Amino acid sequence: MVVTLFPLFLIVFIVLLLIVRTWPILSAYPAKDLIFGMIWKPDNGKFGFWPFIMGTVWVTVVGVVLAVPPCLLVSLYLSEYAHSMTRSIAKPVLDLLAAIPPVVYGVWGLLAIVPFVEKGLAPISKRWLSAIPIFSVNQPTGFSILAGGIVLAVMIAPLVISVVYEILATVPNDLRHASLAVGATKWQTIRRIVIPQVMPGIVAGIVLGASRALGETIAVLMVVGNVAKVPTSIFDPAYPLPALIANNYGDMMSIPLYDAALMGAALVLLVVILIFNIISTLVLQRMLTRKQA
Amino acid sequence: MIKKHWARRHIAEAIVRGMMIASFALVAISLGLILWTVIVRGLPALTWEMVSQTPQGGFYMGKGGGVLNAIIGSLYLAGGGTLIALIVSLPIALYLKTYLGDSEWSRYVRLSLDVLWGIPSIVYGAFGFAIMIAIGLRASLLAGIIVLSLVELPIMVRAMDEVIRRMPTDLEQAALALGSTKLEVALNVVTRQMLPGIVTAILLAFGRGIGDAASVLFTAGYTDRIPTSLLRPTASLPLAVFFQLGTPYPEVQMRGYASALILTIIILVISLGSRLISARLNRYTVK
Repeated sequence: MVVTLFPLFLIVFIVLLLIVRTWPILSAYPAKDLIFGMIWKPDNGKFGFWPFIMGTVWVTVVGVVLAVPPCLLVSLYLSEYAHSMTRSIAKPVLDLLAAIPPVVYGVWGLLAIVPFVEKGLAPISKRWLSAIPIFSVNQPTGFSILAGGIVLAVMIAPLVISVVYEILATVPNDLRHASLAVGATKWQTIRRIVIPQVMPGIVAGIVLGASRALGETIAVLMVVGNVAKVPTSIFDPAYPLPALIANNYGDMMSIPLYDAALMGAALVLLVVILIFNIISTLVLQRMLTRKQA
Repeated sequence: MIKKHWARRHIAEAIVRGMMIASFALVAISLGLILWTVIVRGLPALTWEMVSQTPQGGFYMGKGGGVLNAIIGSLYLAGGGTLIALIVSLPIALYLKTYLGDSEWSRYVRLSLDVLWGIPSIVYGAFGFAIMIAIGLRASLLAGIIVLSLVELPIMVRAMDEVIRRMPTDLEQAALALGSTKLEVALNVVTRQMLPGIVTAILLAFGRGIGDAASVLFTAGYTDRIPTSLLRPTASLPLAVFFQLGTPYPEVQMRGYASALILTIIILVISLGSRLISARLNRYTVK
């Protein structure tokens, strides 16, 4: 009995310890100045998290937006169309994608995606899309939110695909058969019958993917440029919170309140991810147990 | 004649189907591209020296040596982390199955495990670092092992749990009918049935542990020597890749790619191995 309390205890302990470690900076500055502060100069006692928070938001949103359409299509394909042969190919592909370490994704991003953004996408955007602010190219390198987003999209794909696939499997076959029997095409059946049944689960799967993307550190850090400025375009560099923590752990003990600020960054990340995770897991648990009932 | 019946909905069907196959191809091609990139760029620098020697003087400026320190360090870190995670996971997984079943409480336990799974490794790293400061432990193999065991724990329990849940209950009930206690059932029947699942869970967790960089960055440190004690810092492969790519020297960066290839090969071997082993062990379980 006691041993099953361990996971819960661990979560509470992590949150509490991070709050305790963040406390010094929370009592030294008002939370509003920390969160919305634009300037990050720990040497001068300036701890503004806003550029990092926005960096995290931009990279995550781009990653999720890129990942969702293909992931949904793949889950639908595997669940509604594919032969069992195709499924048995898909499983190892997804397992392997999930098993590849973040740093290898980072290497791939550095060698393939950053040059692709720099030489492939940026010139196209400059030529055709420069009138739209979020597509404007303001810097010459490929180290950008877009590069980070592409890497993230591939990284969260296996998770999103497998969660949505699992949820699709809870739709009773009778419903599909009934729809097909009255002459609907498969796509009509999916759009009108299957998807409405599992919409909350699909959203939960996407939220789960987003929370995974929020915390991704090394792979993003390697391709996103790490410039502490609020981005305005997907071709701008960004400096997400996990990268901030990872890049500065070395000096954090030598400057007052620096360690509290970095622990605060971890705390912000943790709280957002906990909220995302708890909500989406509850939705998924409910939908998956409904199947057995 | 048939063409006449091609209504809009049939065209939509064809288009969507085409998009689905294209998306599936995109995902598969991404995997192919990742492996291809790492192999093509890593292979030229992958020499025997790389895997058999520790860094020599001037290694990070392009002089001789290899990353044996990181390979051994990673094996120690992931091995130790997996061992501790296993010791804690097994009772949790068994308890979930034998005593809790599908009760309300088991749902909370599974929820807490899923939430733990979702916590990013950089947060585990920061948490580990905060504990190390509190108890005065320096960056060391021990600290890295403990943090990795926390990262691996939820993966392992959930992987075991998935297997146990799919297990038929007949055997258990037969054992219970013969008068076994629940504990005896857990230890003698469930564990044996679970064996393939346990092995898969161990390899899955080990793979996650050996590839994780953000959690060991704070806690295990980095050194050019192979650790001789739990209290010494240790190198790890992900950080070896990361640091070598961070230098301005092309030769060193090349070796960073080679280190990434070594890590990828280890991961490939683990996932292939887990498939083979679980297929083999599955023969000895009652379906």
